[in-house]
Amino acid sequence: MRRLPTLGSPLQILLLACSFALAGYAGVRLLAGDAPAVTLWFVGAAVLHDLVFLPLYAAVDRAVAGVFGAVGHRERTMYVRVPAALSGLLLLVWFPLISGRVAESYEPVTGLSAEGFFTRWLLITAVLFGGSALLLVLRLRRATKQRSPADH
Amino acid sequence: MRGPWFTSVLGVVLLVGITVLFVTGLLSYAAYNPDLSPVNDKTPEKGILGFYLFAWPTGPYWLYRLTQGVHVTLGITIVPVLLAKLWSVVPKLFALPPVRSLAHALERISLLLLVGGALFEFVTGVLNVQLDYVFPGSFYPLHFYGAWVFFAAFVVHALLRAPAAVRNLRRMRAGKGPEEEAGGEPDFPLVSPRPAAPTVSRRGSLWLVGGGSLALFVTTAGQSFDGPLRRTALLAPHGFADPGSGPGGFQINKTAAYRGISARETSDEVWRLAVTGPSGTVRLSRAELLGLPLHSSALPIACVEGWSTSNQWWRGVRLRDLAALVGYEADTAPDVLVESLQRHGAFRRAALRANQVRDARSLLALDVNGEPLTPDHGHPARIIVPAAPGVLNTKWVARMTFGDL
Repeated sequence: MRRLPTLGSPLQILLLACSFALAGYAGVRLLAGDAPAVTLWFVGAAVLHDLVFLPLYAAVDRAVAGVFGAVGHRERTMYVRVPAALSGLLLLVWFPLISGRVAESYEPVTGLSAEGFFTRWLLITAVLFGGSALLLVLRLRRATKQRSPADH
Repeated sequence: MRGPWFTSVLGVVLLVGITVLFVTGLLSYAAYNPDLSPVNDKTPEKGILGFYLFAWPTGPYWLYRLTQGVHVTLGITIVPVLLAKLWSVVPKLFALPPVRSLAHALERISLLLLVGGALFEFVTGVLNVQLDYVFPGSFYPLHFYGAWVFFAAFVVHALLRAPAAVRNLRRMRAGKGPEEEAGGEPDFPLVSPRPAAPTVSRRGSLWLVGGGSLALFVTTAGQSFDGPLRRTALLAPHGFADPGSGPGGFQINKTAAYRGISARETSDEVWRLAVTGPSGTVRLSRAELLGLPLHSSALPIACVEGWSTSNQWWRGVRLRDLAALVGYEADTAPDVLVESLQRHGAFRRAALRANQVRDARSLLALDVNGEPLTPDHGHPARIIVPAAPGVLNTKWVARMTFGDL
């Protein structure tokens, strides 16, 4: 026989009720405009993040680690993960500017050139990956020297 | 690597960071003086959510530059912390059974408001500073009411979880294990039951999150400063370059061309400033304004989008002297409604409070940095008030109506 769900902590229920009251008060006003679209953005952001965006980048990360694992150097994953994550993060936050999708309004509004965001992001990405590669090479050389001091 | 310690550290950072974001956000709303006049208020249905409003001061003159710079720069900087926090708790989404008690069911609904609200606030904020107005409606009500929905869920989440997070950090610092599950859900741990061989330590993963924050910070923060520092903001909307050089070369919010301000309507022959008060209306040409006592103020432009300029050297007529022209004593000058030549835009009309009008540094500026205003900075005349948000420093002023609003 299925047991009925229990009540849980009364204090927790009380706190949550207060929270819902405030959220409801503000939520009614939030939805006063285009309610379906705002709801879609609000709930959609959570769903899209948790069920699409996060699994996607986790899968990419796993694939990269897998490739390094296949060649026997799983511990080197970070040399790709760090520059890729930082570059991806900058792209994510500044996507409207980097992609040029707001260029047409950005230029007349601000009087600034919309060109250059993409180039600067590419340069940053190149520096990140280049720096990471350099670090790996330096560490490998140091490791080789330490392992075979007798050769020198 | 995923585990209570990682979640606890990120949680404590967000507890502090989001509290600062919420407070600076509320301050920004107060800075608009929304309770002064309907033209300043983009959320007139706010009700009790405006309980804290107060007359925005004029000092220190860099107040809004600081609070809004912190709001936007900090918001962008803690994006990686938010993403890492969401990543660290994602197993809870799939916990079984989905509902264990009434309290648990309510908490899961609250978590939808928490996660949805956080992402909604960050996404609308990040899009707005890049002028990408794809969100459904005006930014002001969406970001303001969204913040309250989010904050309602945030406070209860912090109350329920912060004690366990702090205990976890204390325990780790003291070198005592094992960690406690913050949610008191030993059956559904954050730690993977079958973890893959680690490619990074937990400390290393925190460094990665911190590195992400640092990368965003150093490519953004410079847009709140002029000179070489602005060039360091490689990806920020008002970073890297200035729109021009010379006295009027500093950052612009909306250009004259974008606002449809023509050279003819601002010419010396056509343009007249109408100043209205109890003694009637006075019409002044730019030459007549230049004949009044002129004063200087060194004040920044600080935008709601988070960028700002250093102090610019403005020269013009004090607002309180203009009030005196139409029947007020200079030290009892009232509020003023300022109207621009621009025909569109949310703030083509803006209200200033008496304390702002009376401040000796508040000007109807005619010159900046020793030269006449450029069209993009509001020629023939613009408002400049210490500590006020940029949109209240009306450009291309056409009419000023003094009186209690």
